This record gives sequence, structure tokens and C-alpha cells, in this order.
Amino acid sequence: MILVGGLRKSFGDHLVLDGIGFRVEEGSVFALLGPNGSGKTTTVHILSTLLAADAGDIRIDGHDLATDPDGVRRVIGVTGQFSAIDGLLSGRENLMLMADLHHLARPQGQARAQELLEQFDLVDAADKPAVTYSGGMKRRLDLAMTLVGSPRVIFLDEPTTGLDPRSRRTMWEVIRALAAGGVTIFLTTQYLDEADELADRIAVLDHGTIVASGTPEELKRRLHDGHITLRFADARSFAAAGALLDVRGADEEALTLQVPSDGTVPTLRTVLSQLAEHAIELDDLSIHTPDLDDVFFAVTGNNHR
Amino acid sequence: MSTYALTDSTTMLRRNLRRMRRNPGLTLFVAGIPLVLLLLFVYVFGGTLGAGLPGATGSDRGAYADYLAPGMLLFTVVGGAQLTAIGVAVDMTEGIIARFKTMAVWRGSVLAGHVISNMIQTLVAVLLVLAVAIAIGFSPNASALDWLAAAGLMTFLTLALTWLSVALGLVAKSVESASNLPMFLMLLPFLGSGFVPTDAMPAGLSWFAEHQPFTPINETLRGLLTGTHIGSDGIVALAWCAVITVGSYVWSLRLYARGPRSL
Repeated sequence: MILVGGLRKSFGDHLVLDGIGFRVEEGSVFALLGPNGSGKTTTVHILSTLLAADAGDIRIDGHDLATDPDGVRRVIGVTGQFSAIDGLLSGRENLMLMADLHHLARPQGQARAQELLEQFDLVDAADKPAVTYSGGMKRRLDLAMTLVGSPRVIFLDEPTTGLDPRSRRTMWEVIRALAAGGVTIFLTTQYLDEADELADRIAVLDHGTIVASGTPEELKRRLHDGHITLRFADARSFAAAGALLDVRGADEEALTLQVPSDGTVPTLRTVLSQLAEHAIELDDLSIHTPDLDDVFFAVTGNNHR
Repeated sequence: MSTYALTDSTTMLRRNLRRMRRNPGLTLFVAGIPLVLLLLFVYVFGGTLGAGLPGATGSDRGAYADYLAPGMLLFTVVGGAQLTAIGVAVDMTEGIIARFKTMAVWRGSVLAGHVISNMIQTLVAVLLVLAVAIAIGFSPNASALDWLAAAGLMTFLTLALTWLSVALGLVAKSVESASNLPMFLMLLPFLGSGFVPTDAMPAGLSWFAEHQPFTPINETLRGLLTGTHIGSDGIVALAWCAVITVGSYVWSLRLYARGPRSL
């Protein structure tokens, strides 16, 4: 479990974290979302003992980070944005290095290394220098190294940035399996679909404060941004429908209307039968349900779409 | 916390030695430059420089080889120090260092691994340069005890300069500057008694040459190997090594404890 309260950090005059707080339950996945420079990586650096906070209470798996950083280090695993592997060593040697640093006995370490090589599909490349690995393989080795010590809490800083779609899926499966095994996972990401896919709870960080948090569903519901877009064959139908329906947005040139809707079949039927009763010809219909992108842009006030 | 100091340092040392074996060119480079300079100075300049040594009668290449060899050994240690700084700076750019910092390993172990592996590399290069020096006419007349003392002094100097270069490697903002920062160390053997006696230098330079750390260290090593007078130089040499070691050790640990560089 991760408990954070009143976390503040500035670099010189630049305030990066302005008193953020959150709670991550044991065995759950927590995603910290935010644009570049919002303070995500700084948060990971502080929680993983790399950086000292200016203020705040942080407890990780019962250890107070301020008074017992080594206790925290014993229960966490970190996979950062840049691969934390030794390129001159082979995959197996990298894993053995971790086993030695966790003070595992030699046979135990070798067994753990072999197990992880198999789990992460690295057996064929196990004895090649890691510098020759592809991006996806490096990331898998990186995560495998994080897992050597069987950490209770794992920090993943943008774990799939720069990965191809297949490697990304593999990474998601691994993360889900870890959470299912009771590991607490804290991840940062810029990909909203990733947070939607993996996270039990999400917090959106912007300019050093948490501007929204909740389950992915709660966040989407909060936005009330669902609508259907209707396109008409001619200006006459367009005008008639405009007078008939509760319209939220209209585009005269494209002959489209936006009507608030949660996108369910009964509400669609209502709209369609209204149009049919008045013999209004409909050309095309599309449903727009709010996704996390909408939430993200709404709460970070960054309406670039 | 320090219960695993030795285990963790050994693990890191193993990592560094393995990296060195994967990159043997670097060790050869440490010995390579002093070897080239040694041959250059003995065969090209040696005949003439030897004639200028106190008590020389005419061209004396062998006498110059005797005079030069201790300085070349020091120069080898300095070359090793430069590589240490580069090695540390390169390592600090690797993400794995941040990983080590998030693990419950002894804080000093990463640096200890660098120091010990680089000392081994440098001392191997020193032996190589010594062997070549003897092959081309350096004739030490040291007793077994003198050899032991000389080895001890070289090890102490290597320890001091390796810690210093670890600090330089940590303080450098880039790998390029890490390779440039130790350059002043490269010059010091030249601006001392390593290549020619200091009396022949202009007054200001001669004063500097006599008071910079390399001269007493050089004179002590020369005395141990070829029997020249050591006097107070021995104590001064040890004091310099101790000061550099302790100062650089404290400085290095402080630099290493800083947060991650890229934020």
C-alpha cells in the first residue's frame, strides 16, 4: 500500500509538486496521468527514494520514507523511463547482478534468473550483451530485473513509451498478472488508453496538483460529454431537426447536429423515432462516448483537439 | 546498513571487472600512452637529455632511462586516473545507477567497485610499463624491502588519484568534460622532477615544481628504486596521498548522493 499526503517539492523557484496526496490499495494499479512536465517523474523519483521531498508524509508498505528509506528500498522495485540495464553485461548477468544485490544464495539466484528469462521470453538472447537487444527486449529485461527481488510495490515510469503495439500488449499483460498476484503498482503514463486499460484508480496531475481522481468510469461519468452526431442529406432536414431536437452543437456547412446522449440503444431509438415521425431524412449517425482523452483535456484545460 | 558493505562492494567489483574484460582496449590504452612516451623520451630525447643530468659525462641514454622511469610510472597512474573519470562519468549516464540507488545496497558499493577495479587496471599497466622500462635499460638497484615500499607507495598513490578521478567523473556534466577534467593531472609530472631536474627551470616554475605533490612522490619512488636521497620527501609524499585520498573520498560520496541528473 502507498500512502502519500501533502507532498511538496520545488527545484529552486520552480514549484513542481504543490501538496499532492493519494492512496494506493494493496494489489491495485494506480495510474498517474499528466502532460509532460506536470511532475509525474519527480513523484516517482521521490517515492522511490531517489529524491528527497521538501514536505509530506509518505508510507510505503508500512515504512516511513523519511525515517526508514532502506526499509522502503527493500520492498519496492522501480522501472524508470530510461532502461536501467547494464549494456555490457548479458541479460542473464544483469539478472544475476540483481540477485547478488538482493543477497540471494547463488543457486537460488540462478533459478530466479532462469525463471524470469523464461517468463519474459528472453531465453534465446540470455547470454548476449544487453546492448544488442531491441527496445522491447530491453524494456522486458528492465522489468525482469525489477522483479528479481519479488518487490511488494512496483513503480513504473512510462513503462510502454516508445514500444511497438505488440510489446505494449505484452507489457500490459505482465502488469495485470503482477497486480493479480497482489503486487501494488504505481504507474505513470501519457497514454490515456493505457490508464483506462490497466488502472483501478487514476489521478490526473497538472502543474503540480491533482486536478481529478477516481476510477476510470467515475472520471468519464463526471464529464457528461457523451453525444451523438447526426448528419443530414439537405439543409431542409437539417433545419427541421434543429428545431425538433435538444441540440448542443450544430455545423451548418457539414449539415451535422450534436445531441447529448449516453449512447445507449433506448435513447438512440427515441431520437430516431422522433426524426421518423417528422419524416426527416438522416444520412449518417455516429456515437461519441467520453474517453479518458476528453477527461484529460477537460481537467488539464488544454483544449487542443 | 553496512552489514552488506563488503558483499555489495564485491558484487559491484565483479560487475566492473566484467565490463573491463568486455572492453580490453581500455586497459591497453592505459599502458599504451606511457609506453609510447617512454620509448620516445629514452630513444629520441634520451641521448641529449641524459647529457644534461647532474654528473653526466657526454650522451648517456642509460642514465636518462634511470632518471625517467619513476616519473613514467607516475604518469601511468595519472593515465589510469583519466580513464577512471571517463568510466565513472559513462556509468553515471546509465540508468542502472539510478536502479542501484533505489535498492537496499550499501551506498558506497558502486564507487568502491569503480575504485578497486580501476586500481587493478592501473597497477597492471604500471607493471607493464616497468617491465618495458627495465627491458630498455632502466636498472633499479632496490632491495626487496625497497621494492615493497615502492609497491606500497604506488598503490597508495593509485588509491588517491583513483578516488580523485572518481570525484572528477561525478562532478563532470558530460563524458567529454570527464575526459578533460583530469588533464591537469597529466601535466603535473611534466611540471615536476619527472622528466628533468627542477633546478634547470625558471625560478617561479621551479618553485611550483618543488612544491607540487608529484615531485616528492617522484623523488621518493626514485630513491626507493635507484638509491637517490629521499630525506623528507617520503613523509611529504605520504601526506599528499593521504590528503588527496580522504578529501576525494568525502567529495565523491557527497556527489554520488545527489539526486538524479535529468529532471
